[in-house]
Amino acid sequence: MECERCHERPATVHLTEIINNQKRTMRLCEQCAREVQAESLGFLPQMNLHSFLASLLHNEFGAPAFGQAVVPERARCSACGITEAQFAKRGLLGCADCYHNFGDRLEPVLRRIHGTNRHTGKVPRRTGGKVRVASQIERLKAKLREAISREEFEQAAQLRDKIRELEKQL
Amino acid sequence: MALKEILNEARSRWMDGQGTDSDIVISSRIRVARNLTNLPFPHLLNQEQAERVIYAVKAAVEKRSLKEKIGVLELTRLNELTPVERQILVEKHLISPDLLEDYQKKAVVLRDDEVISIMINEEDHLRIQCLLPGLQLKEAWELIDRLDDELEAALDYAFDERLGYLTACPTNVGTGLRASVMLHLPGLVLVKQIKNVLSAVAKLGLTVRGLYGEGTEASGNLFQVSNQVTLGLTEEDIITNLLSVTRQLIAQERSARAALLKESREQLEDRVGRAYGLLKHSRLMSSEEAMRLFSDLRLGIDMGLIKKIPSSLVNELIVLTRPAFLMKTLGKDLTPFERDVYRSQLIRKKLSAAQQM
Repeated sequence: MECERCHERPATVHLTEIINNQKRTMRLCEQCAREVQAESLGFLPQMNLHSFLASLLHNEFGAPAFGQAVVPERARCSACGITEAQFAKRGLLGCADCYHNFGDRLEPVLRRIHGTNRHTGKVPRRTGGKVRVASQIERLKAKLREAISREEFEQAAQLRDKIRELEKQL
Repeated sequence: MALKEILNEARSRWMDGQGTDSDIVISSRIRVARNLTNLPFPHLLNQEQAERVIYAVKAAVEKRSLKEKIGVLELTRLNELTPVERQILVEKHLISPDLLEDYQKKAVVLRDDEVISIMINEEDHLRIQCLLPGLQLKEAWELIDRLDDELEAALDYAFDERLGYLTACPTNVGTGLRASVMLHLPGLVLVKQIKNVLSAVAKLGLTVRGLYGEGTEASGNLFQVSNQVTLGLTEEDIITNLLSVTRQLIAQERSARAALLKESREQLEDRVGRAYGLLKHSRLMSSEEAMRLFSDLRLGIDMGLIKKIPSSLVNELIVLTRPAFLMKTLGKDLTPFERDVYRSQLIRKKLSAAQQM
């Protein structure tokens, strides 16, 4: 018989737990038995990120909004078919289009996780196109401001020329 | 086959003890998450769609320009490996435990020096990873950046102008980048400052985890520190932030070690000596005990209390004595008791060989 917990190793241990007068018997392998016992002694494994996020999302997605009695049925991604409730349960979106289709509902979640909702990092070379150039210009402008504040005008002039060059590409 | 060699060899490039500050920083890792357009994220893929992802990545890594710039990358489907072989890839930190679930749909790409690995159809279609010894975050990012450019030339990434790279979990969206360092901090643990230091780290937007990633406990005084936020910062910002916090941690650990040597040299020498003695002479060794003793042994080596044994050997022993690797070495399944017997044998053999050199 395989272990009920990992479904990988053979079950060699019968573990009986009594919690609030409820008896429960588990057939486990040695390793899982040790882990389960450690848990029941209060050494909880670190919280899994997904389950944590899922409970966070549950407030935003799964539960009715403030002042509303029921969850509106509307929300389902038209591309992959995943529902808001499914997303809230697992913490995983179904496809790239979910970001668009759940857009307004995701916004506060992203803000809570990252403190922002705007990407400022790398842009793919081939498909990024103009976005890539625009973000490069943004970065150069930041450098330009720094150079001016340090009164390094020669460098500032070089940066200004580079920015003008790039702006022609837009 | 290169992969078979990887599976037989306990040493990885990340363990060689090279790189800066390698007495405290065991390894540096950068990974980015990427997804393809027009396919659902991996947890919703059916077998046929999963194959399409695998084929697309296979074609991309076989392109000549990628081979010239990055090196030869070999793709292996997880169902071509035995359960023990799959577990070894986890024990060597080349793949995550999550890649083992539903493995029919999954594959891994490796460069033969094990510095680069790509997990296919884990939580995202691609998880591109670079693992280097010591504190080498910038070097790891440069390599990932180049590899990512080469892959993007052949793959259509899901990218949004405003949100950046789109990922299955919103905690990775934006840069999709997770940078982490594996730190050995026995000094801070011994002077009982570790909690204070780690809670300060958490306030700076970084996470601390155990040796085998998310959800695992810290064992052997090894801590993994990584960035939490992936959106709104550039890749360089994220890496610079982690780098400066890591430098602080290194400084703190060094001063803890110096204080120990000054204030309680005897206790420290005793502790290291006991660990060494147990490793050299015991006949039954559980993996938990081994991890604890390896930590003390490494501390002794780094502080010059134990000569003759290189710290790279400790790195190698950590992998060699993990359950799956032991079974692979012996070529058979072992009960936990048998593993404890063989583990202690192996440790004794390796340590006495190193002493005689």
